[in-house]
Amino acid sequence: MKLIKQLIAVATVAFATSAFAATAPANEAPDALVKRISSEVLETAKADKEIQAGNQKKVMDLVETKILPYVDFQRMTSLAAGRYWREATPEQQKQLAAEFRTLLIFTYSGALSQVKDQTVDFKPMRSSPGDTEVEVRSQVNQARGEPIQLNYRVAKTDAGWKIYDINVLGAWLVEAYKGTFASEISKGGIDGLIKTLSEKNKKLASKPLKTAAK
Amino acid sequence: MSKFRTLALSLAAVGALSGCASTNPRDPFEGYNRAVFNFNDKVDEYALKPTATVYKNVTPGFFQTGVSNFFGNLADVWTAANNLLQGKVGDGMSDLMRVAFNSTFGLLGVLDIASEAGLQKHKEDFGQTLGSWGVPSGPYLVLPLLGPSTVRDTAALPVDITADPWQYKDPVNVRNTGTVLRVVDQRAALLDASSLLEDAALDRYEFVRDGWMQRRNSQVYDGEDGPKDKQKQPEVEDEAPKQPQAIMPEPAETKPSL
Repeated sequence: MKLIKQLIAVATVAFATSAFAATAPANEAPDALVKRISSEVLETAKADKEIQAGNQKKVMDLVETKILPYVDFQRMTSLAAGRYWREATPEQQKQLAAEFRTLLIFTYSGALSQVKDQTVDFKPMRSSPGDTEVEVRSQVNQARGEPIQLNYRVAKTDAGWKIYDINVLGAWLVEAYKGTFASEISKGGIDGLIKTLSEKNKKLASKPLKTAAK
Repeated sequence: MSKFRTLALSLAAVGALSGCASTNPRDPFEGYNRAVFNFNDKVDEYALKPTATVYKNVTPGFFQTGVSNFFGNLADVWTAANNLLQGKVGDGMSDLMRVAFNSTFGLLGVLDIASEAGLQKHKEDFGQTLGSWGVPSGPYLVLPLLGPSTVRDTAALPVDITADPWQYKDPVNVRNTGTVLRVVDQRAALLDASSLLEDAALDRYEFVRDGWMQRRNSQVYDGEDGPKDKQKQPEVEDEAPKQPQAIMPEPAETKPSL
C-alpha cells in the first residue's frame, strides 16, 4: 500500500520535473512553479547525504540556487514591517530586507536538514486565470504524526511569479514576525530592529546547523 | 495529575484577573503570560525536554509509534464527538470509523490502520467547537505546564479533560504512568520543531504567541484563515482603503490527467 503510493509519488515527481524542464519558466503557472521548486528541493535533500548530515554550506547552496530566485524578500520584509516600512529610508529598507533574508535562509536551512522521508501533496487551486495573487496550498506528509499544512502566497511580478509569504501549520510567516518587528521598532527604531536581526544572524552563523536528533 | 491541572487552571484564572496592562491589545495579560512562559520553558529545559530526548533515542521507533497511535485513538473518540457537535457529520462518522477499525483490527489502537486505509485523522477539541459556534477566542493566555491557550480555550478545557477516556483508567498507577508516557511522547514528536523555533525567533515569546494564535484560528476554521464567507484578504503594504475584492468562486476541481 505505502510502497505503491511512494512509487506513484516518485513517478509523478519525475514526470512533473521532466515536463516542466521543457517549458520556459517565464510563463509557468504559480502552482506549477511551487510544485517544481518543492520537488526539486526535496529530491536533492533526500539524495544528498551531506545535506542530511547538516553540511551548512551544501544546504545554503541548495537554498540559494533553487529557492531564492523565486522569493520576493523586499515585499516580504515590507509586509512584516507594516506601516514602519514607509518611514524607513531606502538604505534602511535595503539593510532590513537583507538581514531578514539571511534569518529566513538560516531557518529554512535548518528545516531542510531535517528532510528525510517526507512527501508533498498539492491541493486544488482556488484562483481564476486572471489573478495576479494566488495561494498555493500543499501538505507535507511525514512518516509519523499528522500532515503539516504548507501554503504559499505567490504574486505575479515583472520577473515572473514570486513567493511572498509562507503558511506553516496555519500560521503565516509574515504575520508571525509582524508583532516582533513592531515591538523591536518601538524599542529602538528601525535601526534597532536591523541591529537585533544582524546580531541574531551572527549567532546563527557561528553555530552548526541542527539536524534531526538521532 | 488532575489535581495538578486544577491547580494550573486556578493559577491561570488568578493570573488572568490580575493581568497587568500592556501595549498589545491582543495580549492584555502579557506580563503574566511572559512569566508563565518562562516558567514553562524552565520546566521544559530541565525536565521534559531531556526526558523526551532520552525517550526518543532509547526506545525503538515502533514503540513510539504505538504509544502515539494508542493515545491518538483515544483522542479520536472526542474528536468525533466535536466534529458532530460542529455539524461536520461526514468527518464525525469517519472519525468513529477510525476508532472502530483501530480499536479492533488495530489492536486497541496501537496500529493506525485506518490512516493506511485512507481515513484521515482530524483533531478537534471543545475550544474549536465553541469557536465554530461563534465564540470569540478572547485574549492569549499561557497556562502553567499546558502552554499557549486563549480565554475561550481555557474555559473549554475542563470539558476536554472530562471527556478524555484515559482519565477513567483504573488502576491509578497505570493511569499515571500512561499519562506521563503520553506527555513525553508528545514532547518527543516536537523536538525537531522546537529547535527550529530557536533559530527563527527574535523574541520567542512573541513569535510563539503570534504563530500560535494564527494556528489556533486556522484550526477552528479547518485550515482556512477565517470563516468561509469572510476570508481575510492577503495583506497590502499600504493602508489606503482598497476596493473590496469579490470572493473568488470555487472552480471545479481540475485534475491533470496523467
